[in-house]
Amino acid sequence: MDERGEEMTGFRIVKRKPLPGWARLVIPVIAIIFTLMLSAIPILVAGGKLWKSYYFLFYGALGTRYNFLETFVKASPLIFTGLGVAFAFRAKFWNIGAEGQLLAGALTATWIGIAFTGIPKILLLPVIITCGFLAGGVWASIPATLKTKLKVDDVVSTLLLNYVMIHIMGSLLFGPLQQPGSTWPRSSEIVEAAKYPMLLARSRFHLGIPLAFFAVAVIWFINEKIVFGYQSKAVGVNIKAAHFGGINTTSVILRTAIISGGLAGLAGVGELCAIQYRLIMDISPGYGYSGIVIAMLGNLHPLGVLFSSLFFSVIIVGAQTMSRMTGVPYYIAEVIQGLALMVMLVFLLLTEYQIKVIRK
Amino acid sequence: MIGEVLNTVFITGLIGAAMRMATPIIFATLGEIINERAGVLNLGIEGIMLMGAMTGFLVSINTGLLWIGVCAAALVGMILSLLMAFLAVYLGLSQHVSGLGITLFSTGLAMFIYRIHFGSPLVPPTVEPFTQVEIPLLSKIPIIGPSLFDQYVLTYVALLLIPIISIILYKTHIGLKIRTVGENPLTADTVGVNVYLTRTLSLVAGGALIGIGGSFLTLAHQNMFLIDVIGGRGWVSIAMVIFGNWDPLKGALGAFIFGFLDGLQLRLQGLGIKIPFHIFLMVPYLMTIIALVGVSRKATVPASLLKPYRREEK
Repeated sequence: MDERGEEMTGFRIVKRKPLPGWARLVIPVIAIIFTLMLSAIPILVAGGKLWKSYYFLFYGALGTRYNFLETFVKASPLIFTGLGVAFAFRAKFWNIGAEGQLLAGALTATWIGIAFTGIPKILLLPVIITCGFLAGGVWASIPATLKTKLKVDDVVSTLLLNYVMIHIMGSLLFGPLQQPGSTWPRSSEIVEAAKYPMLLARSRFHLGIPLAFFAVAVIWFINEKIVFGYQSKAVGVNIKAAHFGGINTTSVILRTAIISGGLAGLAGVGELCAIQYRLIMDISPGYGYSGIVIAMLGNLHPLGVLFSSLFFSVIIVGAQTMSRMTGVPYYIAEVIQGLALMVMLVFLLLTEYQIKVIRK
Repeated sequence: MIGEVLNTVFITGLIGAAMRMATPIIFATLGEIINERAGVLNLGIEGIMLMGAMTGFLVSINTGLLWIGVCAAALVGMILSLLMAFLAVYLGLSQHVSGLGITLFSTGLAMFIYRIHFGSPLVPPTVEPFTQVEIPLLSKIPIIGPSLFDQYVLTYVALLLIPIISIILYKTHIGLKIRTVGENPLTADTVGVNVYLTRTLSLVAGGALIGIGGSFLTLAHQNMFLIDVIGGRGWVSIAMVIFGNWDPLKGALGAFIFGFLDGLQLRLQGLGIKIPFHIFLMVPYLMTIIALVGVSRKATVPASLLKPYRREEK
């Protein structure tokens, strides 16, 4: 009777000795290769030639100067949302609301970028960036407060608030923010001074890209060098122990949420002030949701987030070229993202556990 | 305007619409209750609904048989739930992350398969959808007759499933097993219940219902497949599970209230009030959050929800 479960499952999972450091670096690479191998199945089903498809996937992302820089352009919002989600998940604040927080940032940037004319760029941009960060942070502070004060499940509240924010944005784009004379749900263009400067000629390599790299460094610094970063992690590891250890867990969760939402807000500011210049309903093709995968793929570490964002933007940018050249639908990018997450989960498990096959 | 709102036709139409809008959420809520009662939070729900909606539509349009489409949606829900079981039950990975992985993967896959099959036509293809079936006599009762007894067969099925799943959960041996592995898997294991298998089968059964819930949206509510056809209904269902305190009847009641608000906002839009329609669209989600605020402090979560079961840890 006692052995029944194992006979049915055929394997059991046992903790293994810690792997050496190099293995922790090699495993994500193997996971990515394995993901690309699995992606061959949907590519073949769609009638794409395998080597040609992979060739255009990478050529499309890295092959020309413009596309290479475009990969960084796409990486910028992914780094911000990925960092934000990772920072929240580290404290076990399940922030699935990066999409809404991104929109809050974009909305705020739009409003400031339209309303405040005649202010020089050097003054206006810091205001927009600060307010965009705060808007995302405030939006994320709602589910954090609901969680700590009223025990409302954070997964559900952050998810539902995404839809609330989409409809707030819709209401404004069909209302006060709508471009005068337009019948489309879109705002007027922001003023010149509100636009991010382009840093490299003949490309869209904008201020938001170094800003994203800077954010990686800041979050690394908070995580590793600051008491708050340690407290935030302690809350994630064991909230009760953290509480008895004298940490004000309510305040830590709130501040973690604000930083997390703020980072997502900056993704929205970047998309608005460097790419679109005006608010439209589909300003984000799901960067907030991709951020979740990126955070996991990066093992919640800032540098991991950086690399997985770059990997994802290779896939996103490259899939466009691949789709054009081979006819494989562009949505292959999303399939690969989903596969990458699941493969990475299994591989991360293998770093801590080993699977022993039970012979009957 | 008050007169317009309070006349019989309006109320009859509103309750009828509420029933229709609630149907997919009742299916998904019941499915998720079975999952969570067995100790597994299935955040794959949104993606499984989308795959159900897409598969149901694709199979129906190719076979010309709507019920085959519904069965295919159930099947695809079961397969994706098996994947969830592999990750979250057998490997014991984080249920949050596994579920989100399933949702992201399924969302991409649904769009991918749709594009392979239909390309990108200017006018989306449509299917001849289910029609409403009047129940003789009952449908002649004033107000509630035409609203409750002139519905889609799937709506009747959803209503019938509420007591059936309640009875299975509370009155049968299977239900006891499901609840025990969700409350105390160690106890279940010591008395010889296979925790892994019970959780897997609960996921699969719930997944079938979630898939069917998705297919209602493309085969009855609408007659085509659009990217945002689910529009967060899966997440709303998760909220309804909490709102209903993991009880099928209360969860379905929550789904009906959501359906009512959804139906109401559609009808208020129709009255031509000069307010952006997005404000109305927001109301059901906002009310769901407010409802959660009301119930969350006294919620009795299944004790082992979110906790993977590993045998050697006993």
